[in-house]
Formats: sequence, C-alpha cells, structure tokens
Amino acid sequence: MSLRGKAAIVGAALAGCGEAHGKSSMEITIEAVHGALADAGIALGEVNAIATCQPLDMLSGLTLAQELGLNPKFTMNNRMGGSSFLSHTLWAAMLLELRLADTVLICYGSNQRTASGKLMTALGLPTYEAPYRPLFPLSSYALAADRHMTQFGTTREQLADVAVAARAWAQKNPEAFMRDPLTREDVIASRLVSDPLRVRDCCLVTDGGGAIVMRRVETAKDHPRPPVYLLGGGEGTTHRDISEMADLTVTGAAQSGQTAMDMAGVNPADIDVVQLYDAFTINVILFLEDLGFCKKGEGGAFVANGGIAPGGHLPVNTNGGGLSCVHPGMYGIFTLVEAVRQLRGDAGDRQISGAELALAHGNGGVLSSQVTNILGTESTL
Amino acid sequence: MTGIGKGSGPDVVFAAKLAEGVFEIQKCGGCGAHVFHPRVICPACGSADLGWVAPSGRGTVHARTIVRRKPDKGGDYNVVLVDLEEGVRMMSRVDGIDNDRLAAGLKVTAFVGKGAGGEPAVVFRPQGGAR
Repeated sequence: MSLRGKAAIVGAALAGCGEAHGKSSMEITIEAVHGALADAGIALGEVNAIATCQPLDMLSGLTLAQELGLNPKFTMNNRMGGSSFLSHTLWAAMLLELRLADTVLICYGSNQRTASGKLMTALGLPTYEAPYRPLFPLSSYALAADRHMTQFGTTREQLADVAVAARAWAQKNPEAFMRDPLTREDVIASRLVSDPLRVRDCCLVTDGGGAIVMRRVETAKDHPRPPVYLLGGGEGTTHRDISEMADLTVTGAAQSGQTAMDMAGVNPADIDVVQLYDAFTINVILFLEDLGFCKKGEGGAFVANGGIAPGGHLPVNTNGGGLSCVHPGMYGIFTLVEAVRQLRGDAGDRQISGAELALAHGNGGVLSSQVTNILGTESTL
Repeated sequence: MTGIGKGSGPDVVFAAKLAEGVFEIQKCGGCGAHVFHPRVICPACGSADLGWVAPSGRGTVHARTIVRRKPDKGGDYNVVLVDLEEGVRMMSRVDGIDNDRLAAGLKVTAFVGKGAGGEPAVVFRPQGGAR
C-alpha cells in the first residue's frame, strides 16, 4: 500500500519568526496553530491527532494537548531532530488513510533567539566524543565538509555560494530575517568557527514557529485554500553521532529521497522547487547529491555561481532557508510551509511560476536522520 | 568476552581499561568484525560474542576540523576522525603537530592521554614522532 495522494495539507501558517519577545516556545507554537486552523477553516475541536516535538520539553506533545484543551486520539512526540515534522506527515497520512484520525495537526515553535541567543538543545556530547570537545553540532558538520572537500575537491567558494543563494532568495521574502546583501567574499571573510565552516556557513538563531493541518484526500477540498497533496515520503537514519557515520559524504537522504520519489512516481528532474534543511552550507551540497539532483561529488559545481539562486537551474530554499530566513532550531516544519506556499502560488516575489511538484527535506541530529516529502498540486494526483 | 548479562556493560569495561592505560576495542567472535565504540551486540552480525582485543594503534586521519578559540580561552584545538587499521573509526585529537599541517591522510598512532576534562582518553600523535 502506498501513501501517494491519500492525504493533503489543507492549512499552514508561521508565527513569531525572527524575534518574538516575551513569548514562550509553546506560545509561539500555539500562535502558529491558530493561524493554520484559520487558514484551513477548521475548528480546534475537529483536531483529533497532534504531532510536535520541541527542543527542551521532552513531553511537548502532552503540553500541546494541554494548551489546546484537546484529548487527541493520537499524540505523536517522536523526535529525530529537525527532520521530525516530515516524519510526522507520514504518520499523519497513515492515521488518515486507516481512518484512525480525521484531522491531524503538526506544529513547532521556539523562542531560542530571545530566550538564549543560541541553539537551544537538551542534547549533550556523546560519550565517545566528549573528551575531544567538538562544538555541537557545528564540528560534526565541519568534519563532513572537510571530508567532502578532500574527497571531491569541493571548494570554499562553492560552500559560500550556498549561503549567497539563500540570501538572494531571502531578499525576495519580506518575512526573512537577514536581507542585507551577501557576497561570496563576505562569507569567506566571516569568522572561522570550526574549519572549514565559518559563521556565514551556519544557520541563523531566530525565534519562530510553524504549523500545518492535514486531512484525508476525500475531504481535502472542503477548505478555503487549494490542498497540497502528500505524494511520497521516506526516511533514512544512518547514525546518531558523527563518528559513527559510515560515509561522511553520503547521508540517509539517498534512501529517504529514493523511497519518497518511488512512492510519488517522480524523478528529480520533475521537481519544480526544493526546500532543504540547510543547517550548514555543506548540507545543501550533500542533500542535492543524495537526492539525485546531481551526481555524488558534483554538488559543489551544482550550487556554484548562482546555480540554486533566483534565476539558477534549480530553485532551492526559496524562503531564504535556515541560513537567511528563519531558524528556531528544528527547522523541518518550515520546509513544509514554504513548499505549501509555492504550490498554492502564494510566494509573492519569490514564486516559482507554475510550481506543481515540491520536495521538502528535513535533517536531524548531525546528518543523522533524513526525511523527504514529495508534495504536489491537484494536477499531480 | 563481554556477553549479555555478565557483569558490567561494555561502556564501563572500556572506561576501566582506559583508566589503567589500556586501549582495547571489541572483536566479534561471530563474524570477526572489529567494533568501536563498545557495544552489547555486533552491529555487523548481531552476535553478542564480543571480546576485547588490543588494536595495533595505527590509524589514518579521515577528516579534521580546527575549533577556533581565543588565546585567552586556551586557543585553537583540533578534532579528528581516525580510521584504525582494524577498520573502525573514532573521534579523537592529534597532538604533536601544527593544526595547519593536519589533514586527511596523516598516519597516526594511538596513546592513552587526557581528554578535555583531564579524563583518560585515546589520543593520537603522528607516526614517526612529532612534526
């Protein structure tokens, strides 16, 4: 049995992106939920399954139920880091298809910028890495970047061009947090943190939240806005700690992407717009390779010289991504919301004309969990 | 043999050996694979027949990063992933080399030194001595 076209996103919203002074993570989350329900034209009481996970609240699914005043049939709190929400959509589709739930809410929010000014995480260093003090999570990604450069000749300039492209998209997005011009030279001149990665290779630390509402395909059109259908999904979990990653240059996106595209019956060339969790510039290069948009080792050339910027050969992270738009920790939900906006034609100056197929991809841990969703308009069913 | 249900788990056994200045990794009696970090069952074949062996200590730097830190906070330091001859990889640090000369491919040798908190930890130095 396939999940292709069985469920759709019928409501989506963001809240508190940038700085949300005086608000807790759950308050930002609930604001996003309120927006997504309004967008879907759904009453709160219709929600009978919920999914979330938050940086510091290990029982955030329970907190969410409490704050919404719900007693859901299913409460999903499964956490794999920033990829979690793209896994939640797959579980949601299963619940909907099996008629175990009718309206599923998936949401996230964090006040990490105004509350702490840095990445909020409950994670400590792994036992066999702690003696060497890698920066969490930055040094893990730096090791992967170093290996990619050694093995394939990927250059410092190519990494920088990922950040430059993200900024160029952000300049088209009035909601993006960082919209000043950014050049390749700016990125390479920014402060080194953990070689080869510099400050501008790193995602932002912002506040923000997002929420989506999913329903069964039969009822997907009973809402004000065009449904965005889930056509395929897949996961890959290759490790938890970077020292246990079998090949630093091949992520679980190779598995998650293939599974998702097989389910959807599409190829990378069919995809109109791509939303990737760009926690660090190297992520985008790795994921574009592993998802099949280019060959292994050619990701650097693929992203170079505006390849994924506005006007390039593939639109990637059209909101500006975690690098320039918003990054309140577990970013995955934002890949979904931006995909919905593109497929509804709501993306304003950054709209990809005629976008019908979108790929959203989440990363969790230190390249550890990869989850891919393929989303489409009604024409793709 | 470590074995299921027989005394301390592999993390404690490894740490106790390290505290005595001994670096050992596991070897699977089922499939012959070497295993690091220490585990209850072999990730290659699922066998619980994991014994302890001394590795050669020789390895190759697979990837490296230099964590940048202000001099008054202790200065820069390196973090590496090392592939041991036995086929397992581990995170560590390389002492006795300038950070700007540290690169993938460097041949290194293990010794039991100190981690960030002064705890016993497996550390490496370049084969053939400091450079």
